[in-house]
Amino acid sequence: MTTATPRTKLTTSAMIASFADPDQRTTPAPFGHALAALAEDRPEIVGLSADLAKYTDMHVFRSAHPDRFFQMGMAEQVLLGAAAGMAEVGLVPFASTYSVFATRRAYDFLCLDIAEPGLNVNVVGGLPGLTTGYGPSHQATEDLAILRGCPNLTIVDPCDSVDIEAAVPALADHDGPTYLRLLRGSVPTVLDEYDYRFELGKAAELRTGRDVLLISTGLMTMRALQAAARLEADHVDVAVLHVPTIKPLDREAIVRAARPDRLVLTCENHTVIGGLGEAVGTSLALGGVSTRFGQIGLPDEFLAAGALPTLHDRYGLSTDAVVARIKAELNDRAPWPADPSPPSA
Amino acid sequence: MTSLTSPTPTGTSAAADPDRIVRLRDAAYRIRRHALDMGEVQGQGYIGQALGVADVLAVLFGDLLRFRAEDPEWPQRDRFLLSIGHYAIAAYAAFAEAGIIPAEELETYGSDDSRLPMSAMASYTPGMEISGGSLGHGLGVATGMALGLRHLGNAARVVNLLSDGELDEGSTWEAAMSCAHHGLSNLLAVVDVNGLQADGPTAGVLRIDPLEDKWRAFGWSVRRVDGNDVAALVTAVDELTDAPTAPSVLLCDTRPGRGVPMLETREKAHFLRVEEHEWQTARDQLLEGHTR
Repeated sequence: MTTATPRTKLTTSAMIASFADPDQRTTPAPFGHALAALAEDRPEIVGLSADLAKYTDMHVFRSAHPDRFFQMGMAEQVLLGAAAGMAEVGLVPFASTYSVFATRRAYDFLCLDIAEPGLNVNVVGGLPGLTTGYGPSHQATEDLAILRGCPNLTIVDPCDSVDIEAAVPALADHDGPTYLRLLRGSVPTVLDEYDYRFELGKAAELRTGRDVLLISTGLMTMRALQAAARLEADHVDVAVLHVPTIKPLDREAIVRAARPDRLVLTCENHTVIGGLGEAVGTSLALGGVSTRFGQIGLPDEFLAAGALPTLHDRYGLSTDAVVARIKAELNDRAPWPADPSPPSA
Repeated sequence: MTSLTSPTPTGTSAAADPDRIVRLRDAAYRIRRHALDMGEVQGQGYIGQALGVADVLAVLFGDLLRFRAEDPEWPQRDRFLLSIGHYAIAAYAAFAEAGIIPAEELETYGSDDSRLPMSAMASYTPGMEISGGSLGHGLGVATGMALGLRHLGNAARVVNLLSDGELDEGSTWEAAMSCAHHGLSNLLAVVDVNGLQADGPTAGVLRIDPLEDKWRAFGWSVRRVDGNDVAALVTAVDELTDAPTAPSVLLCDTRPGRGVPMLETREKAHFLRVEEHEWQTARDQLLEGHTR
């Protein structure tokens, strides 16, 4: 038995972790409160969860409208199937679980029961991307890649509580299936400092800048804004285009913003495969925009367990990492890699 | 046309109402006949299953389900959910018998631009509530419909037709547990137990027995009947739907190809082959069996 003095535990790989900075303004459970408020005037709104009401902020709705909350147990296939059935008879369900379960485990049900008939079912996925230190079982690093190929589906990756509060009624009003990447618990409140209003399907330029354009979604918009503010001190002028709706993608705004004279980087809390970055890259190519382009996102690998700040640093999502990446890109100004030498005959 | 059934009073044997049985047997005959005609159009189709399940469909559409043939979206209608998309041929035959689609339309079965695709899809066909086919979906959607209808104070019933092969899917059992947990007495599951699935006999693919005990253990009211015995089906449906306090399941043992001896005795296969020249023989045998 070791008698060494235990070191202070600075980190934790707990499932529930906050990505809010210390002293950052936050709002408690914005999804749950927005849904409960909306349901006051909308009797057709119902909530379902798969044994995760407490951890997806659905418990707020459950407390406010117990007769309209349906506990489906730890059974994600019937969670989504039953949500479809409820929509078929005229209700507007919000069904919450963790993103990994909604997308990996129950995709066939999301696709065929909800999306194919075009039902107004709103799937709410907690712990999107890298928002838990629990390891790959709970880190939905590829949920966007899975879902972007699903026809009919609207996909929203909100930045903060402001986005979530506006997105909830917008998703309920949208006559079709949606998927919301949920930020839960104490959620940062950021976008009220900008001249901005969430609009489903629309991207918004939150700040302008001559040197760099960050095209960001989800919580990475918050990081992009922080990075832009920091780089200002270094006389680097960074624009931020926030893209809260991943599908349908606001290609027009993206192509318009991506002028060839500035570095374009996408920022997303998702693997670089199949998410915002690739969607933007395709949009630029199809739009005939030739510019220097890069992706900030999670690597194509199963991620480690650990404390969220540690992991965000390691995998490039922290503000420090974003700033460092932008500086590195700007210091390496060669616009394109040199053509490989032709093979010798 | 509105089918508003007067249920047989409890305790009354269905056999005591011979007219009812004759009416439903005639309907089953016409459903089989429609299915054979459709099978001939395409030269294929899940004809074995259609013939096997015809009596069940005749009882459901002729005796249990409340619907308005001219208004398939009538909000008070009972919902009939076909999990098993490949049974579309049987469902279309039953829809035609029920007057939901015109019998003349059946000849378009499986053709381009037809409302009657080989695998059932809700967006194509009046009366088709869901797009089955990926098995293990129907009972989950039925769960939500039954929960939703009850929540809305709508007295309509939800009936889900599954197959025994479909019981391989774990999602079916998630839903079964959910129905019992939520006390969905407005839901009836009907399982076509034909003992056959794509790779062979169900007993060899994935054993599902003891079937009745499983459902009972999941909290359901269970009846098991000969699914090709109309009188037995009627009695069981009456018992299950008379003031139910739990979700109910009707396990129907059926024989693929039933009603056409030539096909009934053919080597059992998920996809029964019928040669071009055999369709007329099949119709003749069907008629002979029905009038005997």
